[in-house]
Amino acid sequence: MATGQPAVRWEPSLWDRLKMPIFYTLLIGWTLIAIMPYWLTIVFSFMPKTAIFDPPRLWPKPFTLENYQVVLTAFDEFPLWLRNSFLFAVGATVLRVFFSALAGYAFARMRFPGRGVLFALILGSMMVPFVVTVVPLYWMAVKWFKIYDTLWGLIIVWTSGSFSFGVFMMTQFFKQIPRDLEEAAWMDGAGWFTLFFRVVLPLSRPALLALAIFSFQGSWNDFFLTLILMQSPENFTLPLGLAMFRFQYYAIYSNVLAGSIFNSLPIIIIFFIFQRYFVEGIAYTGLKGV
Amino acid sequence: MTYTWRRKLADWMTAYLFIFPVLLGWGIFVVVALVMSLYFSFTSFNLLKPPEWIGPVNYLRVLRHSDFLRYAVPNTLKYSAVVVPVQTVLSLIFAFALDQKIRFRDFFRTAFYLPSVTSSVVIGIIFVWLFSPKGVINQLLGLDVNWLYNVQTALPTIMLVNIWSTTGTMMLIFLAGLQDIPSELYEAASIDGANRMQMLRYITIPMLRPVIFFVVTLGIIGTFQVFDQIYIMTKGGPLKATTTIVYLIYFWAFGDVTPDMGRASAAAFILALAIFAVTMVQRRFLEREEG
Repeated sequence: MATGQPAVRWEPSLWDRLKMPIFYTLLIGWTLIAIMPYWLTIVFSFMPKTAIFDPPRLWPKPFTLENYQVVLTAFDEFPLWLRNSFLFAVGATVLRVFFSALAGYAFARMRFPGRGVLFALILGSMMVPFVVTVVPLYWMAVKWFKIYDTLWGLIIVWTSGSFSFGVFMMTQFFKQIPRDLEEAAWMDGAGWFTLFFRVVLPLSRPALLALAIFSFQGSWNDFFLTLILMQSPENFTLPLGLAMFRFQYYAIYSNVLAGSIFNSLPIIIIFFIFQRYFVEGIAYTGLKGV
Repeated sequence: MTYTWRRKLADWMTAYLFIFPVLLGWGIFVVVALVMSLYFSFTSFNLLKPPEWIGPVNYLRVLRHSDFLRYAVPNTLKYSAVVVPVQTVLSLIFAFALDQKIRFRDFFRTAFYLPSVTSSVVIGIIFVWLFSPKGVINQLLGLDVNWLYNVQTALPTIMLVNIWSTTGTMMLIFLAGLQDIPSELYEAASIDGANRMQMLRYITIPMLRPVIFFVVTLGIIGTFQVFDQIYIMTKGGPLKATTTIVYLIYFWAFGDVTPDMGRASAAAFILALAIFAVTMVQRRFLEREEG
């Protein structure tokens, strides 16, 4: 120390000494609260159906695969729900991401009459609660478009309803990437399509991926719209099928728990793989993106 | 660059080609649906008979309906009044804790966010089991309460489930807000001799205020629209103790023996107005803060 001043003796206060233990206790406590319900579900889904109200335990004993076997073989529709959920989520994700990016690029870079008004209206429509459109959506699906109780109808309606957030997110993203590359390509005579597909899209992977993850999560977990638009059990998605399970097979709840694993596990795995994008996306927009 | 009218027209057409799919889908399933819903709210109809104009009768019926006044509105307000403050305070505390020099921060963040990624249906299924009479919760507490079939405990139980599932999301938003506060502010304050409580009061809280408004608004909008958990866990019962506004709208339109879609649409518009009002109030507050 070059300065001749005497070092100030720093006395840690009571709070300084206590704060880290307090914070760790809080964090560990809530971690347990957040994880335990899932863990118990996994444990009990591997236990016989007679053991469903046994005292809570951390490891399945006696261990059995019976519930999973029953769910996959005894319920004819269960594999269909899994397939429908998958097709719905993939279809909705691809359509939403592609068309949102296309429109977002136009709003961010092109000049055309009506741009400002349309963009404002699309943004404003995010404020409309979903329940307001529930009756007309049902009506249109049944009377106008004859898409009631069809998977592709569900995909189209869900995707259309979720465009506003997708366009908002993509427009914001395109606005903040530098124009240099596009201008260079423009000078070389590239048209809008080349600019978009060859220059801009390859640069946009993080944003596309973030929107794709939100979309997959939203459609994979969707319940309300599916409930309104689907009727026959063979057309159900997993959430809708599981909801039916929960009421019809209340007596064999171990099977219901095993079934619910098929809905939560894929999304949890995706979450672990793409965690960074989830966290950044949430922090960036603060919205869950439905 | 020479910019001929021909070129300009081609550009406009390309732009509309780019936005066409979105415009089509959004136009039909959002805009037209919204207008139709407004029209329906002034008609009497169900799927068997076509809509018939009756004026504002539905609105009067909704506002005088005992299910709406005695159950749906109070339940929704109670739900919001408990869930929003609790999840906001909890998530703020956890965000503060995570913003310290904490080991395993990524692990905690992941664990906290986990309940927000799974579907409301699965969450409902799990908690129906945990809160059943012989379930884990009663075993741990040594109680014998039928949580979801008791008029006193059903709604509070669903509140708990919602707090459990959304606190993680709110925490992430707060954490991002905390990390946005420039560290120079704290450094300057500590040079001026400010203690920790003063920094919290004069730097952290004011800088975080817009984020707090945002989280509260998001919470109010979300809780006003609670539906999935209600459907899965109690179907609005017992004795309408968990019937909320959106559940009642669904019930009127699709669940009742005599569906009344006009009345349901009117109730939906009343809810939309309430949500719009909340959003506007929030925006006013923020503008006043900034101005």
